[in-house]
Amino acid sequence: MKIIQIIPPDVNIKWVDKFPYFLGVSILLILISLFSLGIKGLKYGLDFSGGALIQVKTEREIEISDVRKALKNVSFPLNIQNFEGKGEFIIKSEVPQEKLEDFKREIMENLERTFGGGSFEIRRVEMVGPKVGRDLRRKGMLSVISAIIAMLIYITLRFEFRFGIGAIIALIHDIIISLGAISIFNISMDLVILAALLTIAGYSVNDTIIICDRIREMRRKEKGKPEREIINSAINRTLSRTILTVGTTLLAVIALLIFGGGVIHDFAFVLLVGFIAGTYSSISIAVPFAFYIFGEKEMKKKR
Amino acid sequence: MKGLNWKFWLVIASVIIGIYFALPSFIGEIPPEIKFLFLKKRVRFGLDLKGGTHFVIQVQSDKVLKEVLERFGKSISSKLEEEKIGVKEVKVSEDVLEISVPAGSDVDVISDIARQVHPLLKISSTSVSDETLKISFELPPSEKTDIKTKALEQALETIRNRIDQFGVVEPTVVKYGEDMIVVQLPGIKDTERAKSLIKRTGLLEFKLVDDGNNFIETLADKLPEGITIQYEDVQDEKGRIVQSAFLRSGSLTKLSKFIESIKDEIPQGDEILIEEIYHPETGTRTYRTYLLKAETLLKGDTIDDARVRFDTQFGQPYVALSFNSIGAEIFEEITGKNVGRRLAIILDGRVKSAPRIKTKISGGKAIIEGRFTSEEAHDLAITLRAGSLPAPIEIAEERTVGPSLGADSIRKGMMATIIGGVLIIIFMAIYYKLSGLIADLALILNFIFIIAIMSLFEATLTLPGIAGIVLTLGMAVDANVLIIERIREELRSGKTIRAAFEAGYDRALSAIFDSNVTTVVSAAILFQFGTGPIKGFAVTLTVGIIVSFFTAVFVTHVISEYLLTKAGLKEISV
Repeated sequence: MKIIQIIPPDVNIKWVDKFPYFLGVSILLILISLFSLGIKGLKYGLDFSGGALIQVKTEREIEISDVRKALKNVSFPLNIQNFEGKGEFIIKSEVPQEKLEDFKREIMENLERTFGGGSFEIRRVEMVGPKVGRDLRRKGMLSVISAIIAMLIYITLRFEFRFGIGAIIALIHDIIISLGAISIFNISMDLVILAALLTIAGYSVNDTIIICDRIREMRRKEKGKPEREIINSAINRTLSRTILTVGTTLLAVIALLIFGGGVIHDFAFVLLVGFIAGTYSSISIAVPFAFYIFGEKEMKKKR
Repeated sequence: MKGLNWKFWLVIASVIIGIYFALPSFIGEIPPEIKFLFLKKRVRFGLDLKGGTHFVIQVQSDKVLKEVLERFGKSISSKLEEEKIGVKEVKVSEDVLEISVPAGSDVDVISDIARQVHPLLKISSTSVSDETLKISFELPPSEKTDIKTKALEQALETIRNRIDQFGVVEPTVVKYGEDMIVVQLPGIKDTERAKSLIKRTGLLEFKLVDDGNNFIETLADKLPEGITIQYEDVQDEKGRIVQSAFLRSGSLTKLSKFIESIKDEIPQGDEILIEEIYHPETGTRTYRTYLLKAETLLKGDTIDDARVRFDTQFGQPYVALSFNSIGAEIFEEITGKNVGRRLAIILDGRVKSAPRIKTKISGGKAIIEGRFTSEEAHDLAITLRAGSLPAPIEIAEERTVGPSLGADSIRKGMMATIIGGVLIIIFMAIYYKLSGLIADLALILNFIFIIAIMSLFEATLTLPGIAGIVLTLGMAVDANVLIIERIREELRSGKTIRAAFEAGYDRALSAIFDSNVTTVVSAAILFQFGTGPIKGFAVTLTVGIIVSFFTAVFVTHVISEYLLTKAGLKEISV
């Protein structure tokens, strides 16, 4: 039977030599991301900003304008959106902790008055006080930073410090681009998205490690070969695997994106962006970056 | 290939065990005839799938500290009066007690008195201005923390008692941070009722109704719209029937506002409290006032037990109380002294009922016969049994998922899992042929093992957790991709099939291990930090990856080895 191959086995791309081009692409993407983060910023979701959200599903298909009309006397500034098609709405507001109860009561009373009790269903209520929000924000930052440090330590222990630096640069690259996508596409930064970012962190380093592992093996077997060639060849030989793995993982992510429903949709989207960025940076940025920063001689001497 | 035998049987055995543990979670109801064959353990659904409520409650322990200092202030000033030192003012701000006395008073004496009240209460500063000596007292930080911690512990205990008696299946009540409590109520329908039960302070007081006083009548001309004055026949202290006035309204807000506006006119030593009256025939509520003697005669902390009973004639619910020995003694004394008068029973500042004392009551038994629903009576009894909260609390976070949304999430999650899984399986089979099919088998096993392990530990599956499973399926085949790609490379370098397979498994192992560790590290960090649903994601991701070491590496290895040796296959397509 014929072997099916996406990447030809004799692929010979000079990754290290072409690094400046890849660097250019990455810098461009990072600049776009930083630009959006600077101008638009990150929209904090309920988890981090505090506030209240009520998800209502009505029996009949009610227009969003009717919901707005029904709630026009509510004494809180409201943000009302459609959720997954007609007849389901999300009502959001920034409410201080001591007013959370009042908010819920007012919304319920007004909806009942207009549409009648029992004609709608409260599907979800989320109310987060500012103190909890602050707490979660702090812990969120902490978790991302500790993830980065943990990865650096692990790679340094198992491989070497320079690869660790390369992997972390690639990792930060991926997280900035993912954050950029979150900002550009107006995704609310909440706990689920944070989980996506940490997953991206783990996955990004994963690919880099496969390449480092191959470099380690080749150095052992092909002594005397220039470091530059070893790196190029290690990336080329693992290229097929890297592309295929991200392929199967993306199949899973796309299934989540399309079929997972509203809450999972944003999560899957961020994973999609992050995984693609992660694969790209692992191949073209991580190890070549370390090679340029530390220089060829330094890289060889270490062995 | 003698070694193959035990490996082969290990795989078979683990598959059977995996299916055995996973089965109860896959099928909803096991037929009763074979039920005894299976463990009761199965995967639990998180609140976001099952529906339910998650609260974070903030205990305002600062207020406890303030209360403690206020109490100290009172004792110190009464002792100072005994020492003939006139106290001008007692003030508590945040965590400082400030007592003002005439300038020239002996600070050492005052300091001694403070130490008698509480050995750790120290003077933190003094200042003199206009004949006044202002002395500030403070407790050491360790003592302050101690008071707050105790308040939190007590609140935790009280809330736990209340929830346990409320009747929720598998509730969670745990401490969270320094001053918060997390409460999780899976599958609960009436969130508001649970919330009001948790939130109430639960302070029960007994006070006399000031029936001889005609203050309410004097308000007749000032009443705003919506509030009316009404009269009821009561007995005064001497047993004569007199008319007593009270205010009535359909709006709690209006009534409270009006009472607030006349606060300063209420006779010295009296107060006005409101009773909520439920009318079962219309399902509506009205509100009325009582003029009470402000002094608290007895508190709820002397109650031993409280039960809901139903009156045999009308089926009206009431709460039967029994006091402990101290409470019984005080209750006997109060009722003995005030026969004929009305005694109001007050919970958290609301009158529950105000029955007339017919005779001296000894034996420490009493009933509260309010006009409430049986649910309210039930909650009242729970509150009295569980005790009061040491400090007011605020809901800092609430997340409620309705059961229909949970069911939707399960459906969508299953859909995504099946479609994601099938896509990967088809892709692997087409791209890697027989090797791909072997990897697919491992993938299905991986899924079964995830469920089996989660069932065994009764781990919680959440919506992000389902996403974690889907993601793991995508990542688990990574190991197989690595191995098969490596085998292809070895084949290209001219090795035989058998040798290429051996080398492929051998060489790919370190890469598989190192790359998976990083994912597990991020999952562990997520588990540390995340809240419920996110924890579920971390759990499935970790379990899935660890399982993939076994399924994707060991199991596929054994199968391909078996096919190449025992089954006599000449080659396995890659």
